[in-house]
Amino acid sequence: MVKQKLFFPVTAFDAEQELRVFELACTRGARQVFSDVAFHLKAGQALAVYGDNGSGKTSLLRLLAGLLAPQAGDVSLAHGPLALQSHYLGHVDGLKANLTVSETLRFTARLFNGADTTFDLGDIGLTAYDEQRVGDLSAGQKRRLMLARLAIAPRQIWLLDEPLTALDKQGRALIDTLAQQHLAVGGMILAASHEALGFATQQLSLTQEAVR
Amino acid sequence: MFKTVENISAYYANPQRFMRLAQTLHAPLWGLAVGVLALGLYMVSQVPDDYQQGSTVRIMFVHVPAAWMALFAYSFIFFASVTALIFRHPVGHIAGRAAAPIGAVFTLIALITGSLWGQPMWGTWWVWDARLTSVLVLLFIYLGYIALWQAIEDHGQAARAAAILAIVGSVNVPIVKFSVDWWNTLHQPASVSRFARPALHADFLYPLLVMGLGFTLLFLALTLTRMQMEILRQRARARHNGGAHV
Amino acid sequence: MGLFIALCHQHILLAWRGGHTTLIVSFLFIAIILMPFGLGPELALLRQLAPGLLWVVLLMSVLLSLDRMFQADFEDGSMDQMALIPLSLEMVVVAKSLGHFIALFLPLLAAIPLAGLLLNIDAAALPALMLSMVAGAPALTLLGAIGAALALSIRRSAMLTVLLVMPLYVPVLIFGASSSAGALSNGGSVDMASIAILALMSLAALFLAPLAAAAALRVALR
Repeated sequence: MVKQKLFFPVTAFDAEQELRVFELACTRGARQVFSDVAFHLKAGQALAVYGDNGSGKTSLLRLLAGLLAPQAGDVSLAHGPLALQSHYLGHVDGLKANLTVSETLRFTARLFNGADTTFDLGDIGLTAYDEQRVGDLSAGQKRRLMLARLAIAPRQIWLLDEPLTALDKQGRALIDTLAQQHLAVGGMILAASHEALGFATQQLSLTQEAVR
Repeated sequence: MFKTVENISAYYANPQRFMRLAQTLHAPLWGLAVGVLALGLYMVSQVPDDYQQGSTVRIMFVHVPAAWMALFAYSFIFFASVTALIFRHPVGHIAGRAAAPIGAVFTLIALITGSLWGQPMWGTWWVWDARLTSVLVLLFIYLGYIALWQAIEDHGQAARAAAILAIVGSVNVPIVKFSVDWWNTLHQPASVSRFARPALHADFLYPLLVMGLGFTLLFLALTLTRMQMEILRQRARARHNGGAHV
Repeated sequence: MGLFIALCHQHILLAWRGGHTTLIVSFLFIAIILMPFGLGPELALLRQLAPGLLWVVLLMSVLLSLDRMFQADFEDGSMDQMALIPLSLEMVVVAKSLGHFIALFLPLLAAIPLAGLLLNIDAAALPALMLSMVAGAPALTLLGAIGAALALSIRRSAMLTVLLVMPLYVPVLIFGASSSAGALSNGGSVDMASIAILALMSLAALFLAPLAAAAALRVALR
């Protein structure tokens, strides 16, 4: 079977795509996590979301991914449903320990693209790891595998929660390349992070409510 | 008509407004409940002994209304859950949570009094007759609902999950009743006599209805009180956390 | 359709490799083996009780397997992804239930004749018993999915799931066990009325349970 390259050239995304968020508020339990969040993201732009722990970075991303409902405010995407056009990479990697690397990628392809494909793992630095059990990979290798999902199914909006966590040097270089490539073809990125993100074009800071 | 109901319930969906309503209703409801129950108990004491069962027939006046309440309370939880989910009323969730332990206690009372009532007839403390068995399953439905509320830490999540469970359970209750009735007729043991209910003429009917009314009012009074307690508890917690106010 | 099969396939693979199948089938045998110790080894008694005992133990095995349905996906973040693929959450529930059925229920079903042998079951009653179990299987799996989904965000929720699902299982057990016990008394002929009711319950569960389970999954994902 011919192995497909992970990072095959992707056709440009919708250049007219826009994500607008205004007066967005979110509560978890009885706690007001954030309120009055607003931003406007266009194709080819990347928003970095900074904030302390508990300031609602994860909640914001999950809200945009459709996993959470907002308490107030509006999220609107110019074209199409947000859930089907975004990738959400959360804190937990979504990897199954008992599957092999190639099985993981094939299932991802089947679930997101509807097509069964085998991939060349060179691009994520996992050549010859095809039959390796995911549970036996190192943390950095697992994170790189997780990033592969972004390449397998081309979706315009990336929602990344702390993408630099547990990434080794290879991983950081990888994510930078991926992000630049993605933005170059009109993709959009929202990334929550503690550290500075090189590819970000805008910034948003979520400050935590004063603790009483 | 629906619009009016929706408007009324929307008006009281606000916990603060509900608390004001609850405060006005509190004393009269309790007064009425105690009054009707007292009347009912008096009427029961006046009921002549049954020629077959003697004075133990009076247990029926607790057992039957308790069984009615077991079902009524669950319907209450069902409607509260539906209102809470469809109209997004936090008060609906609170109502369900408040009513559940009371319904469970009524269910338990129905089981225990049923056992006590039947023992002289059956010669044993428990039989698997259709009604007792159905009520036993209902007890577990209550326990599951209560356990779900307690097990989920996040209040909003617990509320929604419990509401879904209540709705699923409500669909299940008639199915269980039908199945257990069928099961009982299939396996009808010849030696065990079924619940011998005395003929319901006026002497027995009126006290029964009054007790039923009294139990209903008691249930509503208890539920209302528990709802008030729950709202106060949530306010105290919110003040402590410095977050969103209920 | 491809997504549905992919989810199902993944669930089966993971159940196999995680050793869940072996564990659940072992539980079935352990429970059956304990019966004679509790009830006495008298073959006539065991033979009479066998269909009912097998149904109850099957039920318990399924109950114990329920927290494998969604828990792992929820904990490792896969459940988040399932909300983002072009397959409705209701269909996700059905796909996983089908996977659960294939990976766990079918092996249990295959173990029933051998377990019945240990209880000296009347061979003539076996087909009716298996038929009733097959008819009730979708109901058991799908109703179990509701409980599994409701208890999802709770760690170590196995007992809670059992409590939540038990009232839902009572009707299925009643019709399942009585249809096969009936077969004992009339020499193996099947009580089609009970089987039909079981099948009806399974059909109703197929349409209604995914709605409730998906709603519960959404609550847990928030």
